Amino acid sequence: MEIVMCFVIGFLFMAAVYLMLSKSLLRIIIGTGLLSHGAHLLILTMGGLEGSAPPVVSHGVTDYADPLPQALILTAIVISFGVTAFFLVLAYRAYQELGTDNMNLMRGTEDHD
Amino acid sequence: MINLLLFPILLPFFFAMILMLFPKKILAQRTVASTALVLTFGVTLVLLYKVKTNGIQAITLGSWPAPFGISMVSDMLSVLLVLSSTLIALLVVWYSFSSIGKDRESFFYYPGILFMLTGVNGAFTTGDIFNMFVFFEVLLMSSYLLIVLGGEKGQLRESIKYILVNVISSALFVVTVAYLYSVIGTLNMADISVKIAQIDQPGIITVIAVLFLLVFGLKGAIFPLYFWLPSSYAAPPIPVLALFGALLTKVGVYAIMRTYTLFFTLDQGFTHEMLMILSILTIIAGCIGALAYFDVKKIIIYNIIIAVGVILFGASQMNEAALMGSVFYLIHDILIKGALFLLIGVIIAITGTSDLRKMGGLIKTYPMLGWTYLIAAFGLAGIPPLSGFIGKLLIVQGGFEAGNLWGSILILLSSLAVLLSVIRIFIYAFWGETVEIKPLTRQHYRGLFMPAVILVAISVLYGVGSEWLVPYMSDAASVLLEPALYIKAVLGGA
Repeated sequence: MEIVMCFVIGFLFMAAVYLMLSKSLLRIIIGTGLLSHGAHLLILTMGGLEGSAPPVVSHGVTDYADPLPQALILTAIVISFGVTAFFLVLAYRAYQELGTDNMNLMRGTEDHD
Repeated sequence: MINLLLFPILLPFFFAMILMLFPKKILAQRTVASTALVLTFGVTLVLLYKVKTNGIQAITLGSWPAPFGISMVSDMLSVLLVLSSTLIALLVVWYSFSSIGKDRESFFYYPGILFMLTGVNGAFTTGDIFNMFVFFEVLLMSSYLLIVLGGEKGQLRESIKYILVNVISSALFVVTVAYLYSVIGTLNMADISVKIAQIDQPGIITVIAVLFLLVFGLKGAIFPLYFWLPSSYAAPPIPVLALFGALLTKVGVYAIMRTYTLFFTLDQGFTHEMLMILSILTIIAGCIGALAYFDVKKIIIYNIIIAVGVILFGASQMNEAALMGSVFYLIHDILIKGALFLLIGVIIAITGTSDLRKMGGLIKTYPMLGWTYLIAAFGLAGIPPLSGFIGKLLIVQGGFEAGNLWGSILILLSSLAVLLSVIRIFIYAFWGETVEIKPLTRQHYRGLFMPAVILVAISVLYGVGSEWLVPYMSDAASVLLEPALYIKAVLGGA
């Protein structure tokens, strides 16, 4: 199971890198979304996928899933959510001000911004 | 007061939340923000005294036993860094009163600074690798606010790149922590160190060490990963630039120093050799940039990169002299970069441009500014009685002791490039033909100049009193040199 997950995560990283190297800002942001998906799935996988019961204490269960990676993922998800929201609004503002979403056109020189 | 080491994190956080309640009352914002920083500075001084007398302070939140809860650890290195970052934040806030402008001040500028200080102090104090990631995000998120606040075209353009680079490096940080967790099974930094020593650092741990270098190198701008820094730091206004230049890259440098002296100590032939080569390349790249530009901001920004290289070269030598030199140089660099950015801010405010070729003759109208700048420039280059000297001396001595002849000679040569780059500003801006300027009002000028002078004075005292500081620095270096001290303070007994 871990092997399958590793391939999936590798594919997500590949897609993310490809998208982040493109010109359009929106594609780049989609790339960052895929990158954080990959990272979160990787924490889950690297924590180990054994353990059958969800980590809620209940009677007569001894085989729990590791609760620590789940807490880490939850933290990482809200952080990347906040950053992505900020990034999207920034992209919107930049589109309004600069009139382009092409990263190649977003280079200024010192003399005129 | 066992919770004393949390106060440098909690106080800015608490006051930042209060400041968010009344964003439009500028006078109250200024008063509360400076009170918060003075209080934090006072508390950190008490903490410094306590660490000096009682040794490393460690606490595990919620009274859980050590590897299971989140540990916060204040050793001499982190308390010194917390002290100097709070000082920089205080002086930058003072400088902001007369430079940042009402629009930004009424739009959560001071809460942004306090939240960033929360993140910086937390990252210096934490003893848990995932908690360090969270504090990194706290400081990065506030830095996103500060870099884009104002919404000028240049700021919008450069902050997109800054955020993108940091999003990628944060994702890499999460990935690296995941790998480390799957190999070691713990997140507490002291416990990680113990477990890595138990399994004798197999190849996978060395790979993780390289990944950590990649992550923190992106934050701290080392050689192949510094590409984002020059243009994004040139975008925000001067006080924000001073804050970033003095603090943000230093957090990455601190994290590299911490992980490479605490975790990855068993295969130094590979990891530390690589760190050394990269730091030398960082110095070369920084020197080229610092000499290439006619823009005062760019010149000082490339000097940040040089300093990062020098500090990491010291850290990679792993002997007492070089580590002590690194600590000396790290604190010196926080102070002097803050001072230099504030000083060139005054120059830019007077001349109205950051292009050296359009300046000249300022020494006739602003002699004090000129001589203060000259002292700061000599301090940066490391002229003996001033602050940069002792750190570089010890780093070079450590380099020679470890047998790295060429690296040490290169550091000495880089001082010449640094001196040339900052003296070029002095010659162009203060000597030569007088250019037409728009004189500042006396009050405005004093508001900008006083914080810079105080910072330069502190850095001069730091250099002159280095004899007196040696016990503190050797305490800090001894923890870096002997991880056992750190582990013992966190995990107890053993």
